[in-house]
Amino acid sequence: MDNIIRKYLIMTLFKYGYIFQVQMILRERFCHQRLPEKPVGMESQHKHLLELLRRTAVHGESNSVLIVGPRGSGKTMLLNCVLRELLEVKDVNKNVLPVHLNGLLQTDDRIALKEITRQLNLENVVGDKVFGSFAENLAFLLEALKKGDRSSSRPVLFILDEFDLFAHHKNQTLLYNLLDVSQSAQAPVAVIGLTCRLDVLELLEKRVKSRFSHRQIHLLSSLSFIQYLDNVRSQLSLPQDFPDTKFYDEWNDSIKTLCEDQLVVDVLQSHYNSSKDFRSLHLLLMLALSRVSASKPAIKPTDLLEASRVCMVDSKANILHGLSILELCLIIAMKHLNDIYEGEPFNFQMVHNEFKKFLQRKSHSIHNFDKPVVIKAFEHLQQLELIKSMDSSTAKIQKEYQLMKLLLDHSQIMEALQKYPQCPTDVKQWAMSAFG
Amino acid sequence: MQEGIQCSCCESEQCLSVIRGIHSDDSVEKTFLGNGRNGDKHTCICPIETLVWTNDYTLVQRARCNIDCHCLSMCHCLSMLSCSKQCSYPSIFIYGHRATGKSHVIHTLLKELELPYATVSCVECVSVGLLFEQVLLSLFGSDSASLLSRNPSLSDFVRVYKQLCVQASAKQTRYIVLDRAELLRDMEANLLPAFLRLQELVEDNVTVILLSEIVWDKFRPNTGCFEPLLLHFPDYSKGELQQILSEDSHPSYSPELYSAFINILLGVFYSVCRDLRELSLRLSMLKFQPLFSLPSVKESDTHKLWRNIEPHLKKAMQTVYLREVSSVQWEQQLKMEEKEAGAVRGLSAHAHVELPYYSKFLLIAAYLASYNPARTDKRFFLKHHGKIKKTNFLKKHEKTSNHLLGPKPFPLDRLLAIFYSVVDSRVAPTASVFCQISSLVTLQLLNQVGHDDQLDAPKYKCAVSLDFILAISRTVSFDMVKYLYDFL
Repeated sequence: MDNIIRKYLIMTLFKYGYIFQVQMILRERFCHQRLPEKPVGMESQHKHLLELLRRTAVHGESNSVLIVGPRGSGKTMLLNCVLRELLEVKDVNKNVLPVHLNGLLQTDDRIALKEITRQLNLENVVGDKVFGSFAENLAFLLEALKKGDRSSSRPVLFILDEFDLFAHHKNQTLLYNLLDVSQSAQAPVAVIGLTCRLDVLELLEKRVKSRFSHRQIHLLSSLSFIQYLDNVRSQLSLPQDFPDTKFYDEWNDSIKTLCEDQLVVDVLQSHYNSSKDFRSLHLLLMLALSRVSASKPAIKPTDLLEASRVCMVDSKANILHGLSILELCLIIAMKHLNDIYEGEPFNFQMVHNEFKKFLQRKSHSIHNFDKPVVIKAFEHLQQLELIKSMDSSTAKIQKEYQLMKLLLDHSQIMEALQKYPQCPTDVKQWAMSAFG
Repeated sequence: MQEGIQCSCCESEQCLSVIRGIHSDDSVEKTFLGNGRNGDKHTCICPIETLVWTNDYTLVQRARCNIDCHCLSMCHCLSMLSCSKQCSYPSIFIYGHRATGKSHVIHTLLKELELPYATVSCVECVSVGLLFEQVLLSLFGSDSASLLSRNPSLSDFVRVYKQLCVQASAKQTRYIVLDRAELLRDMEANLLPAFLRLQELVEDNVTVILLSEIVWDKFRPNTGCFEPLLLHFPDYSKGELQQILSEDSHPSYSPELYSAFINILLGVFYSVCRDLRELSLRLSMLKFQPLFSLPSVKESDTHKLWRNIEPHLKKAMQTVYLREVSSVQWEQQLKMEEKEAGAVRGLSAHAHVELPYYSKFLLIAAYLASYNPARTDKRFFLKHHGKIKKTNFLKKHEKTSNHLLGPKPFPLDRLLAIFYSVVDSRVAPTASVFCQISSLVTLQLLNQVGHDDQLDAPKYKCAVSLDFILAISRTVSFDMVKYLYDFL
């Protein structure tokens, strides 16, 4: 008896160890955005970008390109894959200098220049020199990169993340100078911008735009649903080099049956319909993965269903669930005001008036509260940002007369009422009646 | 006897605590404890593994959380946190009402599981430099913050973080908890998107946890950002509130009496407010009442106790709930009440008694000027107003009732005209009368509308409520309602 228990426990422990490794591998894929072997669905873009960068790195040609795509479509992933492939060549690896700038961090051209200096390891060279202009500084830096025989400068790859934020700097100095260098024959420089805005070219000034090569790589996801399903299966499967082959087979088979289950296909279809990008998929799979444990060592269809439900929930409905009855009555009064006056803004006095009419005519269960108590409930709703003040002017208006707008939809309120715990029936009837 | 099995995370040979974790069945545990190597108990140095992998609710108690109601949300949180050498999702957003336990659960989990974390409340961070300093201090020790310059930008913070990371590389995920995260939106515009993708920017295993009352849809910047994992902390139900509030009972009362008391309290306050903090404040104030120690009433006589306490609860709703009276004042006044029959009055009750006679009339005149339309002045204030067509006069729509729309501005001349007709004695237009108008503006009972340098025709608006002005007019025995257009 002892032995059986022990064997069972040891097996659970081993499985426990494997589950740990599975979690580790899959988490790295979903959370850390580990680079795949080959990016899915972007072959032509990959080739194009690789060719471009190779020309700069090997042949010394200056280039500029913009990678445009919505959030989560894989721009950084594409760039990193290309860079990885490029740097595999030994010559290239020795010569090329990548400089990574991010629009979120380098909010100013001065900060950007310091960062460039730091990344090119030229801080000692620059020392305490004072430069007249940005252009001089940049020229000095590039000059300093020239190789020993002074024949040509080392190629520099400037990678500008959140490119549209750089366009908001004063005079767009950094962009102008970088693109200027890429157009003139000073040094082999590649300027690669990544952005999520399709209209990024409109943000550039005329002189900057004319120096840009107008080369854009678009990453608009063109996966069909079948390819999407395949992608899900490959994301969830373990790689070939997993230590235990028995567990590897078990896991991959379970994933295969999972992806053929109708429930799962429906869930993935609804996700695919709302967004095709990798990031939301990773979010969903991460939520499903968090339910895997040693006692439950596989992903079941209900896990994905539950994860999908968590992703698609309406957060405002969750907040409405926790309001007190008084606050809910105020929201219903506002809804009625919106219905009667077709969405015109209201103030607290009007809402209080509606509420008092309800109390007089129809209510049995709600107590008649004092005005200051009702004002406090109203202010709580304002704090939760369910109502918003319309006028931002500094004129002094008493708080009961400030015009407000309700930020909830009719259907959201009705749905929330259905789910509200122990809602009194007269309140529900008041909400459903036509004109309050 | 028993092979040593390697724990796959800390790679130490032990099996006791891990096995104890998987089976909470005591019988099995005892067998193995006896067979252990020299009977020693090696505790696994990464306890989070046992908790996560089994998802067993009984283990959650090991984190010593008092609140049972949080089991489900706690287990969700737990499953998101990672073990050593594993990655965690770059950012997690936790939202829920106030006092639903978000900070408490996260801090307890992080502390009990001994994970490296930094917690910052965004209310305290007047400038971003304070935020950065606090994060670096908590994660890397006290001399790390000195590496930051005086007015650090986000770029400096990321650079210093990367530097410190290289020196102290993380095997375990680091957590940064930002409380009251809605205030991040009002700071620099690049702060929130940068924190959401901090893992990518610093190239380190770090997770940012944002706690807020407001839903995520209001946080999203214009051009989008990295979407965090959203977790909702549900609010307490009435039963759960009762359970929580009855946890710290006063020793002199029996638990049944105490829970009956809480029941009454919830019955009064629950429909107004469900915030646990407010309710426990009410409770602590009403708890030490001498009400319970009435000699004639036995504990089981709940009806009499209810009648005794009900007026106090009502008064509490008017004064203490609205924070017009502090808790200390409340206690003092209750003690005084036993000797005299005075009412507990809030702040607003004291405001009107000290105005001089003419000021009261000026205020009444101002109220009438604000809330009556100008064309009706003739009818109210002239002694012989002649014939006025009733149809034009009485055309009112409920929506345009002035009491719903708010006070209208009026010029000084109109105020004085109404004032002279309302005051019964003859008043000379001296400087003292005009002075009183300015002092009413200072008291913020009147608001000045328009520019300060409009000296010849200043405009004002009345800023008092109807109840207030009715109370004042009662003190000078002026029948206010007769003169108001909306109450015709």
